[in-house]
Amino acid sequence: MKIRPAIALTLGASALLLLAAPRTARAQTDCLACHADAGLQDASGHSVGVDAPKFHSSIHSSLQCGDCHAAIKEYPHPDKVTPVECDTCHADEAAGLVGSVHASRAEHPCTSCHGNAHAIFPKTDPRSAVYPLNVPRTCGACHGNDAMAKQHGLNNVYPLYLDSIHGFALSKEGLLVAANCQSCHGSHHILSHKDPRSPTYKANVPETCGKCHAGITADYMGGVHGKAIAAGKMDAPVCSDCHTAHAIEQPTESAFRMQSTPICGNCHKDKFSTYRDTFHSQLGSLGGYVETARCWDCHKAHEILPASDPRSPINQANLVATCGRCHAGANVSFVQYQPHANARNRKLNPALYYTRLFMNLLLASVLTFFMIHTVLWLIRSRYHQIKTRSAKGGKNG
Amino acid sequence: MADREQAAEERREEGGPNERYFVRFTRAQRYLHAVLFTTFLGLAATGLPMRFSQSAWARLAASRVGGFGAIIFFHKLFAVVLTVAFLIHVKDVFQRGLVNREKGIFWGSTSMVANWKDVKDLFGHLRWMVGLGPKPEFERYAYWEKFDYWAVFWGMIVIGFSGYAMWFAPFFARFLPGWALNAVLVIHSEEALLAILFIFSIHFVNTHLRPESFPMDMVIFTGVESEEEFKTKRPKEYERLAAEGRLEARISPAPPLWLLNFSRAVGALAILIGLILLALTLTAYFGS
Repeated sequence: MKIRPAIALTLGASALLLLAAPRTARAQTDCLACHADAGLQDASGHSVGVDAPKFHSSIHSSLQCGDCHAAIKEYPHPDKVTPVECDTCHADEAAGLVGSVHASRAEHPCTSCHGNAHAIFPKTDPRSAVYPLNVPRTCGACHGNDAMAKQHGLNNVYPLYLDSIHGFALSKEGLLVAANCQSCHGSHHILSHKDPRSPTYKANVPETCGKCHAGITADYMGGVHGKAIAAGKMDAPVCSDCHTAHAIEQPTESAFRMQSTPICGNCHKDKFSTYRDTFHSQLGSLGGYVETARCWDCHKAHEILPASDPRSPINQANLVATCGRCHAGANVSFVQYQPHANARNRKLNPALYYTRLFMNLLLASVLTFFMIHTVLWLIRSRYHQIKTRSAKGGKNG
Repeated sequence: MADREQAAEERREEGGPNERYFVRFTRAQRYLHAVLFTTFLGLAATGLPMRFSQSAWARLAASRVGGFGAIIFFHKLFAVVLTVAFLIHVKDVFQRGLVNREKGIFWGSTSMVANWKDVKDLFGHLRWMVGLGPKPEFERYAYWEKFDYWAVFWGMIVIGFSGYAMWFAPFFARFLPGWALNAVLVIHSEEALLAILFIFSIHFVNTHLRPESFPMDMVIFTGVESEEEFKTKRPKEYERLAAEGRLEARISPAPPLWLLNFSRAVGALAILIGLILLALTLTAYFGS
């Protein structure tokens, strides 16, 4: 249905109303006389219908149409009307959007997140597009779209988030406290993680996560990584470097433990390489046995302290207790075991170096001698066999 | 295949239905070899994924059987069985040598202990290989067989000790220095690697795959050897037994067909598994 036949149909009644009560001309009932028709479209085919019952239950139900559609002063109104300015009332939010990644009004009108302008509910209302449990879906409408993400040089993190511990808590458990997109990124003043003011800027990440994970953040800030970040050494890892930003897994579960040591190994390459040589790593790589010592089982995950610190689990005085957590009966001699021994380093581990050298020489000499011995023997035997057979007039004759 | 048929054909031509067979290994010795190669294959198959835990095949194999927990369980199980077999063998040797005063256990032509003839045989054999001399005439155990025996014997002590040191590390730490706990893994894995590479290439070829025995020397499975083979492979032992008049006592009926077929199947399977493990070891070793 086009607007012109609608006008024709309601012309008489509307004209009467206009004449009789000009002050209420912009009251809801007047407008809804036409716009309650859900199929109503403007000249360019956009829907201009309003779901009246929904609007009446929405947060804006007490407002008159003209409060927002301020350009419409009289009836009949022009075909083209200026867009609604939410800023008129929501000045703070509008100010927040300025300079944010969503600053462009044309690309990101308020409705792109808040949904249908005539059905806006408070964010505490489950019907709201920005209700905590609905936020990921709302953001995902754009950010879950591969093509759109690529266009803006972003990764499609929506599926990662949904499968993460946060996404799972939110979508499966319906936990309101589970982190959703805006818990970390904010809502109106969203900034790129490269912007030092952004809550997702590397130096700000511990504080951002600490909004919920206060205890862990306090531990982290007391450890070597937290102190380094606080001192402006940006090479040190923050929460998201180990846990990722979106694909966060439950760290006590095998899936995380299995793939976790290379995370530390990204920076601690020498320690990772020597760890790889040990039984801890060998059995840890094969799965099905998640208890085997990973980096933080000995070093702790958040409050990581140097071995020289008496509070460190790898301090000489604490080793029996630390190793003893897995190795019942660990004693002073037992903890002399070096979990990062390097058999290739003569200076650091001479005994191990010479043990390995001896074993390698033994292996190489035995195999070399017998390889030559066996190959010569094979050739000679075959030659002998052929010769004997040909002498007898056999097949190889 | 053609070789195999021809070898069989020759054996029939040479031996004929009236060929005599001689006992070379007792039932206990054959069982010992069976336990040894079964547990060795098991230990290799479960040990290699641990040694090369970063390789794709190790992780795939581990995930198929229930991960590390299952692998180490079977590794320890095979280890215990092999340890028991080894101890029984050692006890048996000492029983025969020291208690029963059996002659020739620790010295002489039938002993596993190396002697001057073995040194001469080694050089003689090498000379023969390059065409510089006649083939040495071997006794009951040739020098490479003695080497195999002592390699396994030494390997069993070294790998076994280092393995148990890791299994019961806190206990061994009471009398081993700290660095030894690091060293035992290096020793265990290197010695095991040597054993695997040696058995699956050199022992397989020397004993089973060389032209005289191809595809398999059945004597360790059936316990008996045809007169022709006996005479060719160990002329000195044959001569000595004949001279001592003890040859007749060693005569045995030909191995029954079922035993031959069963042995062929088991032996072929063992060699196949060994060669697969050898290939995996080499890919992991040179791939990393």
